[in-house]
Amino acid sequence: MNVTSDPYVPREPIFPRSVKGRYRSIKYAILLLAYGVYFLLPWLPWAREHGPGQAVIFDLINRRFYLFDLVVYAQDIFWLAGLLIIGALLLFFVTGIAGRVFCGYFCFQTLWTDVFQFIERLVQGERNARIKLACGAWNARKISLMSVTWLLWLLVAFVTGFSFVLYWGRAPQLFIAFFTGAAPFPAYATTLFLTASTFVMAGLAREQVCTYMCPYARFQAVMFDEHTLIVAYDTQRGEATQGRHKPDKTVLQREQRQQIGYGDCIDCGYCVQVCPTGIDIRNGLQYQCISCALCIDACNSIMDAVHFPPNLIRYTAQTPAKRSIWLQPKNMAYGLALLVASILLVWSVANRKPIELGVEQVRQPLYVMLSDGHVQNHYILKLNNKTSQTVSYTIDLQGMQAEWIARPDKVITLLPEQSQNVDVLVKQPQNISAQVQQSFTFVVSGVELMQGVRITHDATFFNPEVH
Amino acid sequence: MSRRLMNNPQVNIMSTDKKPQSTQTTGHAWDGDLQEFNNPLPRWWLWSFYATVVFALIYWVFYPAWPIGKSYTKGVMNTVEYTTAQGKHVVTHWNTRALYEQDMQAARAAQAPLLKALDQTSYADILKDAEKLKFAKSMAKVLYADNCQACHQAGGAGIIGKYPNLADDDWLWGGSFEQIQNTIKEGHTGMMPGFKGRLDDAQIDAVAEYVLTLSGQSSDAKMSQRGRQIFEGEGGCISCHTQKGTGNIAMGSANLTDKIWTIADVSAAKTALAKRAAIHQVVLNGVTRKMPTWKERLSPTEIKMLAIYVHELGGGK
Repeated sequence: MNVTSDPYVPREPIFPRSVKGRYRSIKYAILLLAYGVYFLLPWLPWAREHGPGQAVIFDLINRRFYLFDLVVYAQDIFWLAGLLIIGALLLFFVTGIAGRVFCGYFCFQTLWTDVFQFIERLVQGERNARIKLACGAWNARKISLMSVTWLLWLLVAFVTGFSFVLYWGRAPQLFIAFFTGAAPFPAYATTLFLTASTFVMAGLAREQVCTYMCPYARFQAVMFDEHTLIVAYDTQRGEATQGRHKPDKTVLQREQRQQIGYGDCIDCGYCVQVCPTGIDIRNGLQYQCISCALCIDACNSIMDAVHFPPNLIRYTAQTPAKRSIWLQPKNMAYGLALLVASILLVWSVANRKPIELGVEQVRQPLYVMLSDGHVQNHYILKLNNKTSQTVSYTIDLQGMQAEWIARPDKVITLLPEQSQNVDVLVKQPQNISAQVQQSFTFVVSGVELMQGVRITHDATFFNPEVH
Repeated sequence: MSRRLMNNPQVNIMSTDKKPQSTQTTGHAWDGDLQEFNNPLPRWWLWSFYATVVFALIYWVFYPAWPIGKSYTKGVMNTVEYTTAQGKHVVTHWNTRALYEQDMQAARAAQAPLLKALDQTSYADILKDAEKLKFAKSMAKVLYADNCQACHQAGGAGIIGKYPNLADDDWLWGGSFEQIQNTIKEGHTGMMPGFKGRLDDAQIDAVAEYVLTLSGQSSDAKMSQRGRQIFEGEGGCISCHTQKGTGNIAMGSANLTDKIWTIADVSAAKTALAKRAAIHQVVLNGVTRKMPTWKERLSPTEIKMLAIYVHELGGGK
């Protein structure tokens, strides 16, 4: 019996070997694109009539997000909810069809770990050199190589954290302020936190984030079925009847191997060495596998070298025919939900009004008797100009014979992106037979620039109850 | 799985075939064959647990932590300083109440220039300046709730018979900014004498009917005519309410010609009889209402902001 008395085990370090191939190239392309967008976007200037000249800026103080020509206000936050729903549905849809594509190609944990490993290899050399260094004693060479690695990691981590901060202010000014000690405290705190977390997650924790921390890694299995594409080893072809066999002088040709019953796997171990999560894909589908497909590249480069057909390890399904039919009811449902959510979001953004109207009734007191026998109700109209121009609106009543007084003027002028509360007093002669509650509508119509814009809001007029 | 690579250079440098490993158990068997899997936690997890223990120890030294009888350990940081609204300077250990006081001190400092600007601006100019008006109203909203709302009710709704409505357009003591300011500052006593013993019930009924006539609600012209004679003659009502019945803001006597009833609840009465009865009660027993003076309790700026707030409740003149 294999007994261990220690309830805690150290992590087994992983030293992934580098590999070249189709999937590696795709991953580098995605990495370059993602880094290009993430690090450069805050520096992109953008001409605006009003507001900051930065293409993407999240202005928390004024509660608005600038995304190119779109200005998102706090009350539009449901767009973010829509975006998150779309993100989740897209994830489910893609996972249902092609498995952990997000994990393997797009997840920032994967991207940053990739970069950190790239730095590690640049400084310390290929897998064997790194293992030798890790196992060796702490001499001057080891100390210097490790320090250079860690310093470069720290640099990447810092640039990562600092770039995130740049999205929340004017990048050029914030850049100068940051390094002259004049930036606000949250800028330093956020940078410090993200630098530390990037360093720890991408440098030290690595695959443990996926295996121990990530919730998606744990629940993605429910989106899987036998038609879902997974990275898998072709056991039949690789093992045949007599299992794997290293190529030796006695059996050089594939035909010879097949006669004996050896599979196509020459047991070189390259697929295991390149794996960033340290598993052996030949043991079948494992929860640690993030579907990065590097083992496919590794195996194909070996198959190519020994002149065997490629794709011993490949994207495949778990159906008996090893074929994936992606048009499953589940996937269609995910796809349909994704389509509906996307259309709704686009529609909502495209049909946004240049003005927002909210009506709040003053309820204390609900009505006031005036000296001339009129009954008066008091409303606060909240007008929010969502354009970057100075605009004017008129306010009217519809559905009730009543006078209204708004102070100071009937035409309300709003500065760019300004919101304003307008007190509106509505009065009508007391009518004993009138309903206690009368419904009517506030109509806000644009003038000049905003000609043709019309927005309404229902309201209630309260009359005194006569006993 | 628990072999440590750092200590074992032979492992895995060239991969060998990894057979799926048999799952480890705790080594104990119950009832012959019941065993427990051992899925060890990563060691760094253990170290992060120790780190939280160390964090707690450091925290206990610096921050308030342990209760001792009715007191507690206060931590070694005696660094939080603030000045109270009363000007008392306090240095204390770290605690959220003190941080709150610091925030309040900062808020008072931020408000000071705005308050000063209000002081130096006329009512007419404040009304034109959206920012100043907004500040004055939001400051006064709290002052109103603390000082005025108990009587005048939320939003100035008032209570008929007891406390005047501040949201309508009728003002016993005047509805201009200056008049409202003066009312808050100096206070007022409004006194309607009772006529019990001086007029009999029939006479009072007649006066009440005439008072209804003044706002066009009478149903008995003859009775009203009799009431008018008493109103202008032996009742002496005109000395306060004036010949026309429009009242006098110098003494806070009510305007009887408008539709607003501040003491007798005529608007809520359905029948002519009930309306008359409501007025009858007031004439018979009289009523004295007192608005206290606030100049000792509120600063001139606070009174100014309150005057703006009350004026803007909906009926300011």
